[in-house]
Amino acid sequence: MSTAPTWTVSSVRDALLAKKTSARELAKEFYVQIERRNPELNAFLALSPDRAYAQADRVDAAIAQGKTLGPLAGVPVAVKDVISTKGVRTTCGSKILENYTPPYDATAIERLEKVGAVILGKTNCDEFAMGSSNENSAYGPVRNPAALNRVPGGSSGGSAAAVAAGLSVIALGTDTGGSIRQPGAYCGIPAMMPTYGRVSRYGLIAFASSLDRIGPFATNIADTATVMAVIAGHDSNDSTSAAVAVPDYGADMQRPVAGLRIGVPEDYFGAGLDPEVRSKVQAGIALLEKLGCKRVPLKMPHTDYAIATYYIVATAEASSNLARYDGVRYGLRVQGNTLMDMYRKTRERGFGPEVKRRIMLGTYALSSGYYDAYYLRAQKVRSLIARDFSNAFEKVDVILTPTAPTPAFKLGEKTADPLAMYLADIYTVTGSLAGVPGISVPCGNTAVGLPIGMQIFASHFGEGRILQLARAFEKAGGFSI
Amino acid sequence: MKISREDVLRVAQLAHLELAPEEVETYRGQLDEILSYIGKLQELDVSNVEPMTQMRPRNADSLRQDSRTAASSDGAAAGAAEPELRNDVEAPCNVAEAVLAEAPDAAKPFFRVPRVIER
Repeated sequence: MSTAPTWTVSSVRDALLAKKTSARELAKEFYVQIERRNPELNAFLALSPDRAYAQADRVDAAIAQGKTLGPLAGVPVAVKDVISTKGVRTTCGSKILENYTPPYDATAIERLEKVGAVILGKTNCDEFAMGSSNENSAYGPVRNPAALNRVPGGSSGGSAAAVAAGLSVIALGTDTGGSIRQPGAYCGIPAMMPTYGRVSRYGLIAFASSLDRIGPFATNIADTATVMAVIAGHDSNDSTSAAVAVPDYGADMQRPVAGLRIGVPEDYFGAGLDPEVRSKVQAGIALLEKLGCKRVPLKMPHTDYAIATYYIVATAEASSNLARYDGVRYGLRVQGNTLMDMYRKTRERGFGPEVKRRIMLGTYALSSGYYDAYYLRAQKVRSLIARDFSNAFEKVDVILTPTAPTPAFKLGEKTADPLAMYLADIYTVTGSLAGVPGISVPCGNTAVGLPIGMQIFASHFGEGRILQLARAFEKAGGFSI
Repeated sequence: MKISREDVLRVAQLAHLELAPEEVETYRGQLDEILSYIGKLQELDVSNVEPMTQMRPRNADSLRQDSRTAASSDGAAAGAAEPELRNDVEAPCNVAEAVLAEAPDAAKPFFRVPRVIER
């Protein structure tokens, strides 16, 4: 079983200010734990001790000089390996980028370090973030700290496992169809997907550009709010980032929840939902009603079409985005007699089976003669799914659902059946397609101790509302229903 | 059957993927199952539905012209999600060395590839 996480953002700050430890000692303590636990968990792919200790020393110097500390001063952070880190190997969990070292930092990384965060290293993930179990990594699967024979979820499985096992205080992941929220649910920690455009994606290696988002993992809601406040906001280096003012999430989080209308869509509680997950999520909703929230039954009739829509839209975009891996400018090259021969051999050797499957599916959906039937139709159904959300938010403040239909499944259980794996994202892809923010918060465990997640959606740029409800739920003991 | 062996080979060619002979049938079966599932999208009448080609919230168009002012205070103002166009200002971009350092085969200032012109 896991060692429970012991540090939080505020306990790190308190300990540093009280001189009970230094940022350097703390980083060292985390590296010792990583050395001890990573062989079985496989959560980290690369460590960046030089960079971490240099940053820790800067924080320690600032403390010695009595300077004001940034909100994440000395806080150890793990970063999903699809986010660019200057001078630190970034593989996307793929053989095609096995030896790739980015020449620049992602904006999210820059913002974290600017306020004192200590980047420990890069975390394992499904190849190019394509997967729901972390078993598609070219560097082996991550194991779930709550049950080592089970998956941590995916694709941000390494980030979720690192935080859940106490190998990092916070982590960044990315969510395209559920890749932050679902591993958060499986590993039993809060995990937030911000609104599309809320957090800059400059330096995020693209999978599906109309869906990809960067967001935080933490062990509690206050830490989630702190990280959000640091990474959110407009960035001129990302044309899809929104010029919307960032509210005070710390203040939003504290607001009382009595009177909030919580929508409960029946479409998320139908066939295929594990009975234990159903009963814990229902208990979570009942707890919120006790806190004065008003339950509103909803219908979101296009929910059942979300997976089909997602696997056209996401794969079409992926087939285009991944065309850049051709052995010319970076990453793997396999020599060939002609340029075309080199492209094909490089991509054959460099990509794993799920990536090839999705590239082919997306290429098929975009190809002449199939575009209208698949891609254009999926874009239209995507409008209907987004409309389900905007209609719902005329009646309610938030929407509550299970995060995933089951708790973490066993390693190897779904690898032979891609479609069964895709259905693990059935409740998360809807919000991805609509562009709205969502969080998974823990809401108890199954009888055998597997974590269960409850998902909260709000309307565009409603992260403050989500944190408000999640914080009240956490405070009322909802995490351990 | 939604997809044939020939379809798989055609798509692999379009995507510049070289498949081993045994992979072709595996992918054919899997893609066929996935496309059959995706076929459920045909159940819906989408004749009067616009495709979602932008990630801006649906009601953004009405706010479009005011997007810059709308961005200031109300976080929920949908029009504020309109991507901002930056001014076209020249800035130094001295990244050639760092970029070429990652290339599998570089001969400054070029990326080297197999011969593409025969004569």
